Amino acid sequence: MTAFIALVRKDLILFLSDRRALLMSLLLPIVIAAFFGSVFAPDSRGGAIDVALVLQDTSDAGRKIGAGLKSESSLHVRDMTLMDAEQAVRKGERKVAIVVPPGFGEAAGTALFSAGAKPAIRLMYDPSQTAVLAMVKGMLTQQVMSTVSAEMFGGPMGRRLTERGLHQLDVQARAVPATAGADPRDQALHDMLASVQKFQALPAQADDGQGRGRPGTSGGMSMPFTTHDEGLTDQAQAQGYNAYAHAFSGMGVQFILFMGINTGIGILLARRSGVWNRLLAAPVSLAQVILARAASAALIAFGLLCAIFTVGVLVFGVHVASVAGFVGIALGFGLLTAGFGLLIAAFGKTPEAARGIAMFATLVLVMLSGAWVPSFVFPPWVQQLTLVVPTRWAIDGLDAVTWRGLGLEAAAPAIGVELVFALVFMALALWKFGREQR
Amino acid sequence: MSSVLLSVNQLVKSYGARRAVDGVSFKVLAGQTVGLLGPNGAGKSTIVAMLCGLLRPDAGEVFLGGAPVTVGAAAVKRRIGVVPQDLALYEDLSARENLRLFGALYGLKGRALDARIGHVLGQVNLLDRAGDKPLTFSGGMKRRLNIASALMHDPELLVLDEPTVGVDPQSRNAIFDTLQALQAQGRALIYTSHYMEEVERLADHIVIIDHGKVLADDSPAALYRRLNAQAALRIELAEAAPASLVDALAGQHGVTALQATGLTLEIRLREPGDALPVMGWLQQAGCRPLHFATARTSLEEVFLNLTGRTLRD
Repeated sequence: MTAFIALVRKDLILFLSDRRALLMSLLLPIVIAAFFGSVFAPDSRGGAIDVALVLQDTSDAGRKIGAGLKSESSLHVRDMTLMDAEQAVRKGERKVAIVVPPGFGEAAGTALFSAGAKPAIRLMYDPSQTAVLAMVKGMLTQQVMSTVSAEMFGGPMGRRLTERGLHQLDVQARAVPATAGADPRDQALHDMLASVQKFQALPAQADDGQGRGRPGTSGGMSMPFTTHDEGLTDQAQAQGYNAYAHAFSGMGVQFILFMGINTGIGILLARRSGVWNRLLAAPVSLAQVILARAASAALIAFGLLCAIFTVGVLVFGVHVASVAGFVGIALGFGLLTAGFGLLIAAFGKTPEAARGIAMFATLVLVMLSGAWVPSFVFPPWVQQLTLVVPTRWAIDGLDAVTWRGLGLEAAAPAIGVELVFALVFMALALWKFGREQR
Repeated sequence: MSSVLLSVNQLVKSYGARRAVDGVSFKVLAGQTVGLLGPNGAGKSTIVAMLCGLLRPDAGEVFLGGAPVTVGAAAVKRRIGVVPQDLALYEDLSARENLRLFGALYGLKGRALDARIGHVLGQVNLLDRAGDKPLTFSGGMKRRLNIASALMHDPELLVLDEPTVGVDPQSRNAIFDTLQALQAQGRALIYTSHYMEEVERLADHIVIIDHGKVLADDSPAALYRRLNAQAALRIELAEAAPASLVDALAGQHGVTALQATGLTLEIRLREPGDALPVMGWLQQAGCRPLHFATARTSLEEVFLNLTGRTLRD
């Protein structure tokens, strides 16, 4: 045990005395995580989408559609000319531009009860923002439907269009020979428009001032439901999503894996020099020497992750919901890093060759883990595939015990997977080292 | 008579088709210094690795005090100190921390460890640099610290694999002083080198190795006796010696070979002690030597005699 502790102690002293390695492993992940955290953090407008509005329809309906869009809290709408809107989207200053053409309101009202041509709203969007386009389309649909239907049931345009529709149906009915009989669908439409006309003749009631139909008041159509938005966490007082939490997880994992590479390279350099043989000439087994190196690497990795998250908590408001869960994940990841380092040392032929391959492997592991971009943006098959990537579990585990607000039981599967991978890596390394010694 | 401390029996080790060590056997007595002499690539380091339990032999055995030396033989390893050819030091740990590590590997701890660190640093004259990192040491100081780390557990047998590689003459002398002090304490040493003068200076028994095989295994005196000439005498005369005198000189006792070139006589002698009678005979024969020099035959010549090539070929 004295020898094992001495070997671990030696590695800890060596790591702490190497200021460059410390800087690489501690300061860089914090700086980069702070950058990514600030980039992906919700902005002061609560993440509102920048939209340009080109309102060419000057009718009441057009103005009400514009006002409705501006009242959406999820949108940040600015009136623009067509040319300015195009430029703003091209430059990425606005994600979407909505062009409401002249006469849109009336054309839409007409199209509501007939199978004729539908008017088009032109949407110009930044090609990198397809998800945003879908969101804007949804909100635009809601606004147009409520405004146009309100106009149809209560506005002067609606009365005029209803009157015109009834007149056309009457003309069609008179033109049909009595022997042929009237089309029952025309009769049904006539009855409905007549009912609408009666509704329109009722005294007008209070509007909400924004032209949006209110059930039972303006008579316009509205969404048949509302939503109550609630960020789901497991704790009543959890602070919810924090972009820094994910960034600290990702960068912590990445740079600690770099430290793992250095562990492996260090062993290869020791084997090249006389140090490795000198250690093995002592009354210690190969397994003791290797496991001591693994223990020191795991301790260093654990310490680094704790230090990185301490800065995250104190400076960037990262919330650790379960300290036990975090410690479990950090210990598991420490052992995983140690196993990764041993694997590099066992299968790397030379320090130079091993460094290149290990860097590539690390970047792939980090990329697939969701450390750079969250794994939920991956295609479904990639999300499934990355379940075999150990770092994915580390990131998911850290996310679980930080911004998701979950506890140890949620982190347990991730801890288990990390430990299994760590054991497999270490067993492989021990087998390879032992084989070479023979 | 001293007891046998280390016994090496028919060691064989191959790397692929190449046989690096081919049936090597020798013994080391308690308190004896054995020099393993051979050119680079002769197999010395491979033998050392097997002696120290770092490498499994393909065949053969090594015994230390009757106990087999194997890769996992922890008890036996405690009795051996290893000074590898490459520096086995952590350059970023202080000299004291390096020794603390190597002492702890052999189970030393607490005050005993601290006391031993001080003692060993004193042995290699590095006590005043205990807190400094090897990074700041000269090559010779690093080599001495390398030796110190092997002495931490006070081993019965110290195995030194070319411990003076890359060291300046002054530092080499300092290392020899340390090793001679260890010899004086009665510690057994195995010293490998391809520098014959180092082995001549230290060893009281020499094993000459080439191509993985033992060519000779004897004391230096016995090795020299294998040669028909153990000394040389070079004389510069005032005037050229007549042919009759040269013929008569060749027949003198102790003279094994003779070459006369102009005013110079190169005489090979059976033993160094034959030089004085030869000089006296020349004086009686009327020769007037202007200048003369004697030299002892070196291990280089022994090696040349055994292999037909020099050590550095």
